[in-house]
Amino acid sequence: MFPKGTKRKFSDSGEEPVSSGEQSQAATSAAARTLSSSYSLQRQSLLDMSLIKLQLCHMLVEPNLCRSVLITNTVRQIQEEMTQDGTWQIMTQALAAAQCPGDRLVATEVLCRQSDAAGQAGQNPKPFSVVGLEEGYHSEEVVMEGDVETEVTMSTLSPVSPQLSSASYLAGPFGMGPCWEEEEEEDGECEEDEEDSEECVSEGEEGDRDHLSADSRIREQVFGTFEIKHPAPPPDPALEELFSDVDPSYYDLDTVLTGMQSAPKMGPYDLLESLSSHGPTALSSSSSCRSDLNELDHIMEIIVGS
Amino acid sequence: MGEDTDATPTLNHRGFLPDHNYVTEADIISTVEFNHTGELLATGDKGGRVVIFQREPESKTEPFSQGEYNVYSTFQSHEPEFDYLKSLEIEEKINKIRWLPQQNAAHFLLSTNDKTIKLWKVSERDKRPEGYNLKDEEGRIKDMSTVTSLQVPVLKPMDLMVEVSPRRVFANAHTYHVNSISVNSDYETYMSADDLRINLWHLDITDRSFNIVDIKPANMEDLTEVITAAEFHPHHCNLFVYSSSKGTLRLCDMREAALCDKHSKLFEEPEDPSARSFFSEIISSVSDVKFSHSGRYLLTRDYLTAKVWDLNMESKPLETYQVHDYLRSKLCSLYENDCIFDKFECAWNGSDSVIMTGAYNNFFRMFDRNTKRDVTLEASRESSKPRAVLKPRRVCAAGGKRRKDDISVDSLDFTKKILHTAWHPNENIIAIAATNNLYIFQDKLNSEMH
Repeated sequence: MFPKGTKRKFSDSGEEPVSSGEQSQAATSAAARTLSSSYSLQRQSLLDMSLIKLQLCHMLVEPNLCRSVLITNTVRQIQEEMTQDGTWQIMTQALAAAQCPGDRLVATEVLCRQSDAAGQAGQNPKPFSVVGLEEGYHSEEVVMEGDVETEVTMSTLSPVSPQLSSASYLAGPFGMGPCWEEEEEEDGECEEDEEDSEECVSEGEEGDRDHLSADSRIREQVFGTFEIKHPAPPPDPALEELFSDVDPSYYDLDTVLTGMQSAPKMGPYDLLESLSSHGPTALSSSSSCRSDLNELDHIMEIIVGS
Repeated sequence: MGEDTDATPTLNHRGFLPDHNYVTEADIISTVEFNHTGELLATGDKGGRVVIFQREPESKTEPFSQGEYNVYSTFQSHEPEFDYLKSLEIEEKINKIRWLPQQNAAHFLLSTNDKTIKLWKVSERDKRPEGYNLKDEEGRIKDMSTVTSLQVPVLKPMDLMVEVSPRRVFANAHTYHVNSISVNSDYETYMSADDLRINLWHLDITDRSFNIVDIKPANMEDLTEVITAAEFHPHHCNLFVYSSSKGTLRLCDMREAALCDKHSKLFEEPEDPSARSFFSEIISSVSDVKFSHSGRYLLTRDYLTAKVWDLNMESKPLETYQVHDYLRSKLCSLYENDCIFDKFECAWNGSDSVIMTGAYNNFFRMFDRNTKRDVTLEASRESSKPRAVLKPRRVCAAGGKRRKDDISVDSLDFTKKILHTAWHPNENIIAIAATNNLYIFQDKLNSEMH
């Protein structure tokens, strides 16, 4: 945690995110911290950017394990900070409650509903401060106008302890602690991340059980939401569809990080066109992939046989 | 590097004359390396080719053409490969070249791409045998009836021919991408390092290598650190160093254990808590590590600084040089455009008194360790004609007070990066790779190193 008032060299403008005036208010509640919305926005956009980079890892000309590790560590760092702030749980709960594929309008609807959803589900009662709520709604309005690329900026939250398990499970399967699968490991192990999540949440309450079933959906939606909300590429229906109902094993960055280069010189979105025609780690279990796998078995037999 | 009688830095940058601008067509240079005498300079490129330059012997008649480097040999070292099992393409880009010390008339070098290391023999042929009994000059079999007497073939001079042949191929030992190779001072072994493992090879044995460092975690989800560079000590054949993406250096002694996972020394600078940001770890990742020629110091390069470490002091570097601190406030943009992941190399001069490293906008920097002076120079055809003296450049903050020829931080071209530089082992001659151009600069006024 940063000491209050410490200058964070984060943004290019070098803003001082924590104003001293809010210190006394923040100090009153034990774990609550006041974040300026601009810092949260910047942090959120950094998180979005990092997730995009990780997703597009395999589309690079030169996939790079070092780069992926550094980006992942950055995401973990942001995630840890957000968990401490309580922002993380809000976001994932909102997405879990939403349970629908991401698209811009729906995502904002989710945001508007989030405090209700959390309250109604009764899963993890969170005492929101009025200030926080207002600020949250304020930012939601901004989102609906389509200006801002980020989601939640709930300012004052107190983290709830039962969510520790969700925080830890998020560390695993979020794709941030991904499966850096080595090439020789089996595909079965690619599901590790899901298992981890289940382990961590095993003794959870009902709310956590919901999370269990929803965690893969959460990941999809989180990724889907991030993907859609990133303003840089124009919303590509193919892209959205691809990421919205994606199979979790897609985020296993095994061959990604060990140098998958099935489309070495393509641009980021050109690959989607040809994705289905590539090897067994392609997104969907299309028949072409199955035939590739069969071919692979066949080749293996030949090699082993000789 | 000579006394300065005026205000110019001791480096006497004014003495650096651009010797030649070699344009290697099409491809981007990915590595540059002088051999142990400095007579030969090898470059590797993205297309898998190696170009070797040789220094012309000095001639009294043309003083300005003395010591120029001309192309000696070009060969295709690595070809693109396709790994059918994993549906992966293996790039042919040459990541590193290292020369072996010369032991006979031939020269040997190691070149590596992501997966395979090759040992090449470079030899000259300037004589050929003539006067065979059974074959004529064109190689055709002679008609036996025309052969009336026996003759002994003699060697006659011919045009110089440089032959390059692969002598060893060290393959299939690395799962991850090879980033470094280093020849041991015993001249018998060498090591190759990838992101997670370091292997030790014997130069004569290609079907076996020993794994000496393995930082792969049992659960790949726990992976947080990779190996970024590795090098053997120049004199002690049992010592080597490797750097990590977390900014640490580990000195290992091969005598301690077969697997050198436990370091003998760990060099790490404690983090400054007030400077911490989300990018702290990324910019602390060490992109290159080089032993000094004396073997007493280590030079490391991370994103914004170059550091000199004393092998006897693990707690912090001896000296820290700011390469381009004006980028510190731009880290978010540099993260966005991936420039923050650029891996710059660094180099010592022959006497370990000056260090050099590259930057953006085709700038490169030199720091004199004794006088603490530094200079920024540019490698580009526009700014330096052949034989002209390089003039120092300056980067000023955006909106800051500008002198003539200063360049603002916002005008820097981040696509023009100098990642690879090399310094002649004995003289003040440097080789700078700027994308697909190679620049060789010589300090004519101070050719002796001080």
